[in-house]
Amino acid sequence: MLIPQTRNIGLPMMNLMRFKGLPILQQLHIEEQLLRTSSENWCIINDGTNDPTIVMGVSGKPAELLEIESVLHDQVPVIRRFTGGGTVIVDHETIFVTFICNKEAVPDLQPYPRPIMSWSNTLYSKVFQGIGDFHLRENDYVFGNHKFGGNAQSITKNKWIHHTSFLWDFDVRNMAYLKLPKRAPAYRSARGHLDFICRLKDYMPRSIFIDKTVEAAGTHFSLRSLESEAIETCSETEFRPLTRFLTNEELEAAAALAGQ
Amino acid sequence: MALRMWASSTANALKISCASKPHLSFSRCFSTVLDGLKYAESHEWVKHEGSVATIGITDHAQDHLGEVVFVELPEPGGSVSKGKGFGAVESVKATSDVNSPISGEIVEVNSKLSEAPGMINSSPYEEGWMIKVKPSSSSELESLMSSKEYTEFCEEEDASH
Repeated sequence: MLIPQTRNIGLPMMNLMRFKGLPILQQLHIEEQLLRTSSENWCIINDGTNDPTIVMGVSGKPAELLEIESVLHDQVPVIRRFTGGGTVIVDHETIFVTFICNKEAVPDLQPYPRPIMSWSNTLYSKVFQGIGDFHLRENDYVFGNHKFGGNAQSITKNKWIHHTSFLWDFDVRNMAYLKLPKRAPAYRSARGHLDFICRLKDYMPRSIFIDKTVEAAGTHFSLRSLESEAIETCSETEFRPLTRFLTNEELEAAAALAGQ
Repeated sequence: MALRMWASSTANALKISCASKPHLSFSRCFSTVLDGLKYAESHEWVKHEGSVATIGITDHAQDHLGEVVFVELPEPGGSVSKGKGFGAVESVKATSDVNSPISGEIVEVNSKLSEAPGMINSSPYEEGWMIKVKPSSSSELESLMSSKEYTEFCEEEDASH
């Protein structure tokens, strides 16, 4: 059922889907399918996922990025997603916001990583106006020099996706599954996880953040909310996503190869 | 951004000059465009020599993408279709599809890119080649842009954004 929401004449239409606790693999499968098969623009907000899950970028190497022995011992699921970028561990305290756009959806935007990242900064600058010392630092959203939002993208011939995981809160024990990445932004300055990241909840109430994000999106697009039965429509087509869980065998093989 | 583009194109230009490549044209958009190649609107180039066509991404594309850290390529023996994706590059936080300008059978893949993906940045028209294809249609090659047309295309694209 379509529920008309914000209607701004002249702005491109964007479908808004909101979830709460949707498993991250399912979210990523929906996103990947929409990127590859839909001609429309989409905003997806997932207010937390269910189980703690590690999510690596498309080229992530488990032995370099994960403490594999601990991951296997504690049976933490590991996903390799279809977008670039780094590794995160997500759970019910993570808030996910995704934009999937046609190349013409944002006027004068060149469909390359840096312009898209810069555009996202203008959107979130509205969300965090007057809050903390928000800015885009290299490719992360930060307050000061502490990261609270990680970004990743995928760009196809006619569309692009920009998705973000926001650290509303996190369990410090979960960070122990992640190694310090070899490829890190310069501003990280070799800081450990806990010195590098911060919690969004220290700056803004959860519902306010989501509402403000929707409001900011509404200044760029004419939003229409889709109800959850839209998920069924997404899964009807025969689309095979690249995003998948890594098996225990794959993780064990990676560890063995690296001599862990 | 402009300074980085200038530096990138100058480095490429010097490299090409040192290798005694005579067919070079500069564009006002500061990316290098080589004569003798054909170009797609999605910023891939094709070099047709005999029965084989070599494909890669242009200097304009590599400059806009940023440092390439990973390249995904198909296996030899597979096929490519004009306008369809055959692989991807990862740069910054993004994966970007690479599309084939022509259709044909893949006869060779640049395996060196798995260890040295940055060759796409440093040498987009030479060491950074991605696949070699046996073209299935000569008319597809002819429909691609010349170096002059591609130069103008890039200038218009950059000017409109």
